[in-house]
Amino acid sequence: MRALFPRSLFPALMGLLAALAGAASEMRFPPPEFETDYTMPGITTPPPRSLAMEYVDTALLVTALGLAAWLVHRRRSRRGLVALSVFSLVYFGFIRTGCICPIGAPQNVALGMFDPGYTIPLTALAFFLVPLVFSLFWGRTFCAAVCPHGALQDLVLIKPVKVPLWIEQGLGIVPFIFLGLGIWLAATGTAFIICRYDAFIPLFRMNGSVFGLALGGIFLAAALFIGRPFCRFLCPYGALLRLGSIVSRKAVRITPDYCTQCRLCEHSCPFGAIREPVKLPVTPNALAPERRRLTWLILALPVLIAGGAWLGSKLSVAAAKMHPTVALAEQFLAGDKAPAPATALPTPETRALGRAAETAPELIAAASEVRRRLGIGGWWFGGWVGLVIGARLISLSLRPNRTDFEPDRGACYACGRCYLACPNERVRVGLITPAEAAALQAHAPVPRPDVKTS
Amino acid sequence: MSHPAPNPSSVSRRQFLREGMRLAAMTGAGAFVGLSSGRTGAREHYVWQIDPTKCVYCGNCATACVLKPSAVKCVQAYEICGYCDLCTGYFVPEPNALNTGAENQVCPTAAIERKFIEDPYYEYNIIESRCIGCAKCVEGCTRFGNGSFYLQVRHDRCVNCNECSIARVCAGDAFRRVPASNPYFLKTSAH
Repeated sequence: MRALFPRSLFPALMGLLAALAGAASEMRFPPPEFETDYTMPGITTPPPRSLAMEYVDTALLVTALGLAAWLVHRRRSRRGLVALSVFSLVYFGFIRTGCICPIGAPQNVALGMFDPGYTIPLTALAFFLVPLVFSLFWGRTFCAAVCPHGALQDLVLIKPVKVPLWIEQGLGIVPFIFLGLGIWLAATGTAFIICRYDAFIPLFRMNGSVFGLALGGIFLAAALFIGRPFCRFLCPYGALLRLGSIVSRKAVRITPDYCTQCRLCEHSCPFGAIREPVKLPVTPNALAPERRRLTWLILALPVLIAGGAWLGSKLSVAAAKMHPTVALAEQFLAGDKAPAPATALPTPETRALGRAAETAPELIAAASEVRRRLGIGGWWFGGWVGLVIGARLISLSLRPNRTDFEPDRGACYACGRCYLACPNERVRVGLITPAEAAALQAHAPVPRPDVKTS
Repeated sequence: MSHPAPNPSSVSRRQFLREGMRLAAMTGAGAFVGLSSGRTGAREHYVWQIDPTKCVYCGNCATACVLKPSAVKCVQAYEICGYCDLCTGYFVPEPNALNTGAENQVCPTAAIERKFIEDPYYEYNIIESRCIGCAKCVEGCTRFGNGSFYLQVRHDRCVNCNECSIARVCAGDAFRRVPASNPYFLKTSAH
């Protein structure tokens, strides 16, 4: 080594560098004492986004949700919702670029509940709860125009294709399963998969891995023709909002006052959320097969839950591999049998294994604790999947109580597209006269005599 | 609704169920806020940072970050820098000459500026716009020098992912959430 050793030992600034003095003795090359009037530059520490800005975000979220609720229920304005969507897309999407958003927030909440070492940021808690509380009163106003993911898909939808109802209902349980999986893995500190497989965050950042950007591109391309594919078939937070929206105080009504059953609105919803009225059968006996099916399904529910729980418990070993500690411990234990050649250049893996070797007992203990917790969680997750499937089957067997054309409370994103499809609404906003509305309704498709259950 | 429901009692039953469930959900949300109020950090939020004492300069920071190039950069702790002529963070082992020739530099992107101060001292600065966080200089400085080069998450770039994708693969388990009010590890002692 040709290193030139600095000549003097310590700078004279004893007071300032008192803390350094002890440490400096460990230094291989003591800090120099400069003879010229050199001033030492300091380390720059660019600060993170301030907490105040986080509160601004929360306030904006609440304001946007309130505005969306007003636009959906009082103003009944699709145009206003589009304008708000554009704002949300620009601000929450492209400017804020994502974290923490309500979609991933359930994971923070789950981790906060189960890991005492993790503090849920207040903003994460607010982002989780506020849209949910809004959904209990005004339906999915968050999806309507506040969520940047929803806004992006909604704005690019150019030619909606009708998704068959069986696909809609079948894939519709995926968000619930994804939610359960996300909570299970987050609560055990294994992974935040909802964030990892988020389709649009890489697009909002305009930066990211090839996989992330490709996933975003695929969903965006699909969204041109299939209305909101991410919201309908993947979004785990949408699953929660759907539950809230089912029991919400106010639901979207297509007509402002009186449904003439003219069917003009029937195809106005690109998300397949508008449901036909249900005609009651003439004789009460006709309901008997339906009742029998429902009874069987309710009886099958505990079986589904138990079976799911058992299967879920089998998943825990596979899931544990996603936990960094478990993965390293397993690699370490496997490596005991076949040690890597010592001559090889260090890789991240060998460095991690080096750390594993130093802390082997703690590492293995920590890994088995994670496995144990994932095992318990696996029962819950599997049971949840069973419950979701059972509940969907039961809900399909329930006879809806619908006398008008109405959006399905859970599936409706409150986008406001159907409002102007209703002639009565067009009269209300002054686009046409009542006489024109009557003419429209006269030419509307004739209701089929056998209105079937949906 | 102007259409009378065919079976009013069943409508009211569903209405009752709906209201009851909404009430239950509201109560649940309230209870949840109450439970978690002790756990939330109202006055603090957290950001990701690298503990330099645990960093094993494996190079994952350059490749695993969701941002390309990474939000992790090398920083220089001038207070503990030896200002060496032969900087082991700057020069490859056995360099041809102690000059700024690319073949002599360990940094793949020439992100370290070598500046003459006075004989025999040289100042080394990180040009952050070029740094990719590969930690090659960190390894050289830490293994053979004072360890004044170290990696830090730069918060002007970091998007503070919910789950840091580098933390997930960090070979040294060096990533942790730190209070945003004190978001950097300021290295004041060697190693």
